[in-house]
Amino acid sequence: MSNSRSAILARIRAANQNRPSDRQQAWALLPRNYCAQGTLNPTERLQLFDERLRHYNGTPFYSTGDVRTDIAKILSDRGRRTLIVPPGLPAEWLPDGFRFMRDENLSKQALDAADGVVTGCTLGIALTGTIVLESSPTQGRRAATLIPDYHLCILRKDDIVELVPEAIRCLEPVKDHPLTFCSGPSATVDIEMTRVRGVHGPRTLDVLLI
Amino acid sequence: MSIHIGNAESAPPFSTAAHTALQNQQLRQNVRNATNIIQAKRNNMAGELPDWEELRNAGHSIKTHTLQYLDQYLEEFEANVTRAGGHLHWAIDADEANEIIRRIIADRAGKEVIKVKTMTSNEIRLNAYLEQQEITPHETDLADLIVQLGNEEPSHIVVPALHINRTQIRDIFRKELPLAQLGIENLTDDPAQLAEAARLYLRHKFLTVGIGISGANFAVADTGAVVVVESEGNGRMCLTLPDVLITLVGIEKIVPTFRDLEVFLQTLPRSATGERMNPYNSIWTGVTPSDGPSEFHVILLDNGRTDVLANGEGREALACIRCGACLNACPVYHQTGGIAYGSVYQGPIGAIITPQLQSLEHSQTLPYASSLCGACYDVCPVKINIPEILIFLRGEIVRKQQSTLLGKLDPENMAMQAMALVFSSSGLMTTAEAFAKFAQNVFVHDGFIHRLPGMLSGWTNSRDLMPLPKKSFRDWWSHRKKDSAP
Repeated sequence: MSNSRSAILARIRAANQNRPSDRQQAWALLPRNYCAQGTLNPTERLQLFDERLRHYNGTPFYSTGDVRTDIAKILSDRGRRTLIVPPGLPAEWLPDGFRFMRDENLSKQALDAADGVVTGCTLGIALTGTIVLESSPTQGRRAATLIPDYHLCILRKDDIVELVPEAIRCLEPVKDHPLTFCSGPSATVDIEMTRVRGVHGPRTLDVLLI
Repeated sequence: MSIHIGNAESAPPFSTAAHTALQNQQLRQNVRNATNIIQAKRNNMAGELPDWEELRNAGHSIKTHTLQYLDQYLEEFEANVTRAGGHLHWAIDADEANEIIRRIIADRAGKEVIKVKTMTSNEIRLNAYLEQQEITPHETDLADLIVQLGNEEPSHIVVPALHINRTQIRDIFRKELPLAQLGIENLTDDPAQLAEAARLYLRHKFLTVGIGISGANFAVADTGAVVVVESEGNGRMCLTLPDVLITLVGIEKIVPTFRDLEVFLQTLPRSATGERMNPYNSIWTGVTPSDGPSEFHVILLDNGRTDVLANGEGREALACIRCGACLNACPVYHQTGGIAYGSVYQGPIGAIITPQLQSLEHSQTLPYASSLCGACYDVCPVKINIPEILIFLRGEIVRKQQSTLLGKLDPENMAMQAMALVFSSSGLMTTAEAFAKFAQNVFVHDGFIHRLPGMLSGWTNSRDLMPLPKKSFRDWWSHRKKDSAP
C-alpha cells in the first residue's frame, strides 16, 4: 500500500519539476474576478429566494410572527401527523395535536414510518433557491432529513445570502460538519432529460421563513 | 502495473463503432432529443450569470494550480481524512483498487453493496470484479440502474442511459423489476411512474444494505472533505445510511480549499444538468459520531493519471470536472451517441482522456472522432482546450507509429513524407500543381471531386473535394502588378 503511495507521489513530483516553490502564494494569486458580493437589498433578496425556491418545486411560507401556529397550519394543511424533530429543536415551536418524535438515534425503519421531519436550517442562498443543512442539534443528523417523505424547514430571513460565494464564506466556521445543500425536493433528469420531482429524498419541501 | 479503462482496450475503432451507431435510427433520435434539451438548458443557465467567463477562468486556474502541486495537496488531504477518523488507501491501478474494496467488504462479511453513480468504478470494472467474488453491487442512480438492469453500456458521463427512451425504460423495468411484489400494476412510460418504481424498488436496499460505495466530485485538501453532487437523493442514502462507506476518488479530483468550492458548485450544476443548483450536494469529512457511517474509507486512484500529468499539453485533460457539457455540444456525439467511443468516458473529453490514460497504446482512433469545431472548448466550465489537445494527441499517435519500422513503411506515412517534401520545395510544388491540375480532370463532375481512387478514397468517402482552381494563389502572386496597393 505504502509502495503505491510513494510511487504515485514520486511520479507527480517528476511531472512537476519546474513549479514555483511557494504554493500558498501561488494559490493566493489565482484570479477570482467573479461576483463574490451580492447587490440586492434584503427585500429583493427574499423575493429572489422565493422565486428560485418555487422554480424547483419548493414552497415558501411566511411566518405570522407565531411560529408555533404557523407550523400547526402548514402541517395540518399537508395532512402530516407524525413528525421527526431533531433533539435541539425549540420545544416552544411545536404545536399540540401532532405527534413529534425526538430523533435520539431512532432506527431507519422508524424514520421511514414517520410522515415527515421538521428542522432548522443554517442558511439560504437566494440565487439558487438553496437551503443548507448542517449536522447540529436543531437540524439533526443527515438521515433524518432524508428518509421521511416530507421536510418542513424553518429558515430565518436574516440567514439568506444572495450568492454561492457568500454562502461558502458563512459556512467556513462549520466546514468540518456534514453539510447538505438542498435545492428543491429530490428530483431526477435521467429519463429523457426531463426533470421529475421526487425520487429517493423527501418529495415535498416546505420552507417557513421567520 | 496494469492500466484498464473499462473495456476500452478491446473496443472496436471509433470509425467502425460509429458506423453501427449511425444505422440505429432509434438511438440517434434518443440522443438528439436528450442532448438538444440539455444543451438549451445549459445555455440558459450559463448565460444567466454575468460572471460566467470569470468563473470559467477561475476554475481553470484552480485546477491548473492543483495539478502543479498535486503531491502536496494529496498529502494534505490524506492527513485531514485520517485526522477526522477516515482510512485512506492509495491504488496505483484498477486491480489494486478492486482488491482494496474487496478486502474491506470481506472484513465485514458483506454480500451486497449499494452504489452511487461513479464513473471511476466503471473505469476499474468494479461491478464485474465484485460479481466474480459473489458480492452483488446495486446501482442506485436511476440511469445507472436502467443501464445495469437492461445490461446496456453507459453512453454519457452524467446521464448514462441517455440513449434509452422512456418506452424502452418501461420495457426494461417490466422485465427486470419485481413489480407485482412492489405493488405496481400496469407500469406506463410516464417518467414520474418510472421514477416511483425505482423509488419503491431501492428503498428496501437503502434501509438494509450495510456497505455503500461512492465516487467523489471533489476532494478538499484543507479539510479532508469529500463532495458528492447529485439529484435523486440516492447519493445521500448511500453516503449516510450504511455502516461502512467506501469512496473511490481519482487523484485529479482534489481542490485546494473549501473556499474553492464556491467556483465549482456554480459551474458544475449549470454545465451538467442545466440547473442553478442540483437538488443535493453532500459535503462530509471523515466520520461524525451518531451521524452517518461509523467506518469511512477513501481510495485515491492513479490508474494512468500520473502518466497523463507527464504528457505535456495533454495533462490539461485532468482538469475535467465530468459535467458532460462537451458531449452535449459535440456534433459528432450528437450523431453517434456515446457507446461508439468504447469507453466509460465518452465524447470530446473521452477522446482526450481515454487514450492518454492508456499511454496511447489503445483507443488511438478517438482523437480523430472530432471535426475540431471547438464547441467543446466553448462550453467547458474549466476551459480545457480540447481541440488543441486532440491535435496534439493526433501528432503523438503518428510519432508513436513512426517510431517502428512497420509504421515508417506504412503507405500513409510514406505518402505524408512525400507530401512534406513537396510542400517544402517551391520547384517541386509547382511541378506537382501542374500535374495535379491535369490529372484531376477525369475526376471532376459538376464542379466537385466526389470520388478518388485507391488510398485517396479515404478522404472522399465522406466528403466532396473542390478541384484545384485554374490559377493558384502562387500563380496570381507572381503575376500580380508589383506596384499596386495591397
